[in-house]
Amino acid sequence: MSAAAAELRTVALLSRRALNEIVRVPGAAIPGVLAPTIFMLGLTAAFGNLILLPGFGTDDYMSFLVPVSMMQGAGFSGAATGVNLARDIEQGWFDRLLASPASRRSLLAGLVVSASLRALLPASFVFCVGLAFGVTWPGLLGLAIAIPVVMLTAAVASCWGAMIALRFKSQSAAPLMQSAMFMLVLFTPSYAPQELLTGWLQDVARYNPLSQTLEAIRQGFIGDVSWAETWPGLLAVAALAAVLSVFALRGMQRMAD
Amino acid sequence: MAAPILIFPSLFLALNTGGAGRAIDLPGFPAVDGFLDFQIAAALMQSTMMGGLTGGIALAMDIETGFSDRLMLSPISRFSMVLGRLAGAIVLGMLSGIYFLAVALIFGASIQSGVLGALLIIAMAGLSAAAFGGVAAALAIRTGRVSSTQGVFPLVFVLIFFSTAFFPENLLLEPAQTIAAWNPFSFIVDGVRNPVISEMSAGPIGEGLLATFGVMAFGIALSALALRSRLRSGG
Repeated sequence: MSAAAAELRTVALLSRRALNEIVRVPGAAIPGVLAPTIFMLGLTAAFGNLILLPGFGTDDYMSFLVPVSMMQGAGFSGAATGVNLARDIEQGWFDRLLASPASRRSLLAGLVVSASLRALLPASFVFCVGLAFGVTWPGLLGLAIAIPVVMLTAAVASCWGAMIALRFKSQSAAPLMQSAMFMLVLFTPSYAPQELLTGWLQDVARYNPLSQTLEAIRQGFIGDVSWAETWPGLLAVAALAAVLSVFALRGMQRMAD
Repeated sequence: MAAPILIFPSLFLALNTGGAGRAIDLPGFPAVDGFLDFQIAAALMQSTMMGGLTGGIALAMDIETGFSDRLMLSPISRFSMVLGRLAGAIVLGMLSGIYFLAVALIFGASIQSGVLGALLIIAMAGLSAAAFGGVAAALAIRTGRVSSTQGVFPLVFVLIFFSTAFFPENLLLEPAQTIAAWNPFSFIVDGVRNPVISEMSAGPIGEGLLATFGVMAFGIALSALALRSRLRSGG
């Protein structure tokens, strides 16, 4: 077996192990699915009339909010992967993985791939609930853009989670993994378009890389899909994933030393 | 402990204020100086609700670890164990009230009814923390499990979203508008909000206090029943 094939096999096995948890402990996946759904329904009920503001740009608030909840689900999925890694470190399982001949990058890739696949669960659920409540169909092209971008968002969250898990080596760091992703996803034009945000949030959202990512997912839900709206979001989330994966790999290297 | 009581409500306050701040321009929105003035009561009540629930989780942990069994064998009144926790919740609620009023003032909100209004808000925060703590304690005693008590967290958000905490009732979408009209949490949050956005008026404050005492009585009654049932079953 070539080295590349062996690495791919390691990634596949580690991803499968992580995904098995959904089947074996389904209760663990429920909060990550339920929370974004409750937020979507609750925020629509509370802030739904914001669409009456001049310049809002859509007549359906839930369509505006579905992409936020899909990203929230991705954030929770990635953070959950980080928590699971912290558990593996606490129990000594990760030490055995580090001592194995598997490369560091395949260990990280296993986590990232599992988080990206796991993110499809809350995203699909939120999307279906949204459709049941009359959310605009984003079109096949809109979905074809939204799905990989959501998966990349989960990759960012899992790299962040891994970084924190490798730094603190404890599940008690879970709030740090979750709250950072919570802020990164919500401190974007999540509640209203960029021009309608006020005060400090307008500035933070302008420079938050996930703002572009959110706009890329959102475009099909509130209007037409264009490459001009897509590439900045793809670039931002891919760059963020690349930078955080470097830090996570360094964390693994430090732990192995 | 600080995360659910102070950090999360503060984050939501910041997010709601920055994200939906232009809502005050909507026709039908109550006259306020800024959206922060309207939101501060929501953050405070979210905090006291989370504080109550955190107390319930701590009680469930005591039951799970057997600590409460040892307390039951000691020569102290059983009900005072629950009341002791509620007293702690009152203090936490009042501290939370002081914190959020300070945040409001630092970030430019104004308390329209002055110092007296601020003191009333702090007192109502303490009472509401005891009210929510009572319901959480009942749940903890009834189930005796941390996971079951923690499982109520999503319900906390449902109660908040389907109330007048984040938005005025006339601007909520249906069915939230109808649910908010009957949700006791709406009365409580409107009572706390009144001294912030206007001169104190007996109507909303009285209704808020009535709802708070109602939830408190409900929680204490449920706790008493749960405690009796637990003692009878020996578990």
